[in-house]
Amino acid sequence: MSAIFSGAQVAGLLRECGFTHVVTVPDSTLGQWEAAIEEGGMRLIRVCREGEAWATAAGLYLGGARPLVMIQCTGLFESGDALRNVLHDWKLPIPSLIGYRSYLNQETLPGDSCLTFTEPVLDAWQLDYRLVKDPGDFEVMANHLRAGLAAQTPAVVLIAEGKA
Amino acid sequence: MTEFRMSSLEVLRRLRAVRKDYDIVVSAMGAARDWMALGSHPRDWVFVPSSMGQATSLGLGLALARPDLRVIVLGGDGGLIMNLGSLITITAQQPPNLFLLILDNGVYEVTGAQPTPASDAGRDLAPPVDLAGLARASGFQAVFRFNNLDAFTTDLEGMLETRGPVFALLQVAPVPGAEGPRSPGPAPERARAFMAAIGGRGQ
Repeated sequence: MSAIFSGAQVAGLLRECGFTHVVTVPDSTLGQWEAAIEEGGMRLIRVCREGEAWATAAGLYLGGARPLVMIQCTGLFESGDALRNVLHDWKLPIPSLIGYRSYLNQETLPGDSCLTFTEPVLDAWQLDYRLVKDPGDFEVMANHLRAGLAAQTPAVVLIAEGKA
Repeated sequence: MTEFRMSSLEVLRRLRAVRKDYDIVVSAMGAARDWMALGSHPRDWVFVPSSMGQATSLGLGLALARPDLRVIVLGGDGGLIMNLGSLITITAQQPPNLFLLILDNGVYEVTGAQPTPASDAGRDLAPPVDLAGLARASGFQAVFRFNNLDAFTTDLEGMLETRGPVFALLQVAPVPGAEGPRSPGPAPERARAFMAAIGGRGQ
């Protein structure tokens, strides 16, 4: 299953937005973008588990860098307490790209419960997200990230994916 | 049997005596309580409230963003074992300016001193976990272990001049009846002040 956006597209947007670091745990969609992100001059920080991603990004932000978190929705579930602390307690406007597993198809995981819980969890965490589902939604993603940066709010882009 | 010898407050008092003005000090949980008891500094990041275990990760981000500053993280063994993966993440990045000082008292002190599953008292069926050994196996080249205040005092400045990332396990005694740290003020305002103090984005 290919991603709905190419690595070059995503890296170009992130570079244009001024991101300096991408803190990530890959999945089979997001991982396709790693090489382009690095080639685009951004530093990829590979963390071992997603809770680390929010705190590492927080430290980067406090130090004057412009980080972005890129994880799958499963990692969103795992990292709830860390994002609560960073985004809500400290109100650090760390944006994120969240892969929405099985949204486009359920070839590998029929009945994937990610489809049941991802959006309610984002709502529960009071995160302002946009769901992008096909290549024509690229500007939706771009505009949401730009708006979050301008408003200093933690924009979330939920990226439809296929297989796990 | 692990032998605890040092007072965490005395350990931190020694650190405060040699802390440079440019140093960033990240503190969490019981270490934050004791660090705050000794005073305050604009470049202190008192990580209260926190997500337990994330001080090492936040310190990594600071160290990468500000390679011109020394970043000293004060955490506990309970927090460390909640985020062991961060040791691997840190050594993958090799920040030369990051120093992890782990106050190992073997218990979750602020919740009533229950033993951690890594400690001798928390493992009836196995020996205690060698946290310094874990750090070394995770890729730390500079690993220190102290259970004697005189030795710590003698070696502290040299340790802080070592090329990082540095991991130091400081075996300390739990403080009976110790309470958790109190937030010293509204978190978002403190974040802005901290960023201004280190010359980050801030304001």
